[in-house]
Amino acid sequence: MGYTEEELKKELETKEYEYGFYTDIESETFPNGLNEKIVSAISKKKNEPDWMTKWRLDAYRSWLEMKEPEWANVKYKKPDFQAISYYSAPKKKDKYKTLDEVDPELLKTFDKLGISIDEQKKLSGVAMDIVVDSVSVATTFKDSLAKKGIIFCSISEAIKSHPELVKKYIGTVIPSRDNYYAALNSAVFSDGSFCYIPKGVRCPMELSTYFRINQAGTGQFERTLVIADEGSYVSYLEGCTAPSRDENQLHAAVVELIALDNSEIKYSTVQNWFPGDKDGKGGVYNFVTKRGICHKNSKISWTQVETGSAVTWKYPSCILKGDNSIGEFYSIAVTNNFQQADTGTKMIHIGKNTKSTIISKGISAGESQNSYRGLVQVNPRAKNARNFSQCDSLLMGNKCGAHTFPYIEARNNSAQIEHEATTSKIGEDQIFYCNQRGIDTEKAIALIVNGFSKEVLNKLPMEFAVEAQKLLEITLEGSVG
Amino acid sequence: MLTIENLHAAVDGKKILRGVDLDVKSGEIHAIMGPNGSGKSTLSSVIAGNEVYEMTEGNIVLNGEEISELDAEERAHKGIFMSFQYPVEIPGVSVTNFIKTAINSSRKAQGLNDMPASEMLKKIRQKAELLEIDTKFLSRSLNEGFSGGEKKRNEIFQMAMLEPKLSILDETDSGLDIDALKIVANGVNKLRNKNNAVVIITHYQRLLNYISPDFVHVLHDGKIVKSGTKDLAHELEAKGYDWIKEDSN
Repeated sequence: MGYTEEELKKELETKEYEYGFYTDIESETFPNGLNEKIVSAISKKKNEPDWMTKWRLDAYRSWLEMKEPEWANVKYKKPDFQAISYYSAPKKKDKYKTLDEVDPELLKTFDKLGISIDEQKKLSGVAMDIVVDSVSVATTFKDSLAKKGIIFCSISEAIKSHPELVKKYIGTVIPSRDNYYAALNSAVFSDGSFCYIPKGVRCPMELSTYFRINQAGTGQFERTLVIADEGSYVSYLEGCTAPSRDENQLHAAVVELIALDNSEIKYSTVQNWFPGDKDGKGGVYNFVTKRGICHKNSKISWTQVETGSAVTWKYPSCILKGDNSIGEFYSIAVTNNFQQADTGTKMIHIGKNTKSTIISKGISAGESQNSYRGLVQVNPRAKNARNFSQCDSLLMGNKCGAHTFPYIEARNNSAQIEHEATTSKIGEDQIFYCNQRGIDTEKAIALIVNGFSKEVLNKLPMEFAVEAQKLLEITLEGSVG
Repeated sequence: MLTIENLHAAVDGKKILRGVDLDVKSGEIHAIMGPNGSGKSTLSSVIAGNEVYEMTEGNIVLNGEEISELDAEERAHKGIFMSFQYPVEIPGVSVTNFIKTAINSSRKAQGLNDMPASEMLKKIRQKAELLEIDTKFLSRSLNEGFSGGEKKRNEIFQMAMLEPKLSILDETDSGLDIDALKIVANGVNKLRNKNNAVVIITHYQRLLNYISPDFVHVLHDGKIVKSGTKDLAHELEAKGYDWIKEDSN
C-alpha cells in the first residue's frame, strides 16, 4: 500500500542518471598532466596569436603560486591536476555546414539529449553553438545574426577573427589571478562561446549553448565572454548534461559578462552534470567563476537551475559599477543523495542608485548539503544603493542539510538592504492531500517543488522553463521522507 | 455505494475504531456525529486511505469493489473525495494549477488524455459561478493566506470540479462563521444528485440545519452506537452526547 519511507528510499536509490551514456567518437587527446609545454601546446593547437599564448602562460604561472580554496562548505578529494588531460577535440577538423557531414554518433548523442540540431534549427529563434568536449562542432543561425552585426561564435574563432574585442575584454571582469580555478581556466581553457551585440541592437533570438563532458578523464575548461555594447540587449541560455563516470571529472569554467551603458544581459543556465551515484561515487566537480560588470544604466540578470554535479562551487556575481545599474540573481539549487552545493552570488555596489535582487531557492534531499553563500557589498560612493535578498530552503527527509551564509558589508549609510530567509519541509500531510485528490506522490513532489521554485522558474525563457521543470522532477524522484 | 463492515483501525498502535458498520447508497446523505475522540476523523482518514492510520480488520467496499488495499490516489480515481478539516497550503501552486493536475491525474488513471484547456476553463467558470466563487481567487496559491471560510469553499470547489461519487466532509463546519457555513452548505446541496453520496462528519448539528441528512449516526468509542434520522441530530443538540455514552456503556 502506497509509499513508506523505506520504499521511497529504495526508489530513490534505483534512480539512474538519465543522461549517463557515452558516445564513441574518435578524439584527439593530449597526454595527462600540466606544465608550461602543455599550456603552449594548447595555444599552438588552436593557432592562437602570441599575446594569447603569453596570457595563458602568465595565468599558469599565477596558478602555480595559488592554493585551492577551502572556505566553501563542501568536502571532496582534491583533484590530481597531473592526472587530467587538458585537451581533447573531436577528430574532424572542418566545420560542418549541413547535418549530413556531422559524425552520426554525435547526432545520436544529441538525440538522446533531446536536442537534435535539426529540431533546434526548425525551432524559431534558437541559435545553437554546440560544444562537445572542447571544440565547437556546429554553429547555426550565424548568418542571420551576422546581418545585425551580432557575433556569436566559439571563443577560439573569436580570438582569431575578432582579436581586438577579445583582447580588450578578456580577463577584465575576472582577472586570471582572481582565484585558483579561474587561473587554471585562463591557462588551459579549451573552448567556449563568444558573443558580441553591437550598439543599439536587440538580439532577436535567445542564444544558447549546450555543453557536454564526453571524454573519460577530460577536464572541461570552458571560457565564455559576452559583450553587450551600449543600448543593446541579449538573452543567453546555457545548459549542460554529462555522461556517467566513475572517476571524478573536473569542470572549471569562466564566464565574463560585460554590459556597457544602457545595455542588458540576461544569462540563464540549466546545469545537470553527473551528480554521482546513490553512494556518492563519481560525479562532476563544478568550480565555476561567473561575473558580470554593469556600466551606467545597464542590467545583468543571472538565472540558474542547478541540479547536477557532485560538488558545486559557483557564485555568479555582478559588479554594479555604473550609476543606476541593476544586478539580479535568481537561483534554484537542488541537491540529492550525497551532492554538495555551495552557491550564491556577490553584488558589489559601486555606482550611485544601484539596485540588486537576490532570490535563492535551495532544495535538499537525501544526504546532501546545500549552502547559499552571498555577499552584498555597498561601497562608500554607492549612494542610495538598494538590495533585496530572499533565501528559501526546502528540505526533504531528515538527513540533508540547508545552510545560509549571507554577508553584508555596507559602507554608505544611505544603503537599504533587506534580507529574508525561510526554511520549510515537504510534509506528509501535503503529500496525502495531493494523493487524496488523485495526484500520486511523485507528481505531488514535483508540484510542491515547482511551486516553491516558481519565482525563479518564471525568470527563465519559456522553452528553458519547461526543460528546467522536467529536470527538477527527474532529480527529485521519490525523495520525500 | 459504500459499505463498511466491522472496520477496525489504529494509529501508533492505539486502537481507535472498533468495528464500524456503515452502508451508504447513491443519492443519500449520511451524517456521522460524535463527541471529541470518538474516532470521527479517523474514520474519514481510513476511508480516504491515509496511511498514518492502520486498518487492522474489516472491509471497505466501494461500488462492489474492496478498496482497503488501494493507495489514496487510486481511491480518489475511483471517486472518493474528502474535504479536509485542515486543508494544507502549497505555496506557489495556484488553485487552478492544482485542480488541473488533480483532474488530469484521474483522467490518466482512466486511460483518458488530459482535459483540453478550453474544456477545463469552461468547467472552472461553470463551477465557480455555481458556488459563487470569484475567479480571481483561483489564481491564488493553494490555501496560502486563505481565511477559514475560503479554505472550506476551496474544498467544495474542488469537490465540484472532481465530481466524486462519494464525498466525505470532515468537520467542514469547524471554524466557519454563519455566512461561510451557509455558502458551503449551499454548495453541497447544489452538487448533490441521485448518483452521488455525501458523508458529513461533524461534532455539532449546526451544518445539518442547512444540509438535510437522510441518516444520522452516532460514533462513540470507535463504534456506531446509534443510528436514526435527522431528528437524532436535534436530540443530540438538545441533550448532548452524555446520554448516548451512558446508553452504550
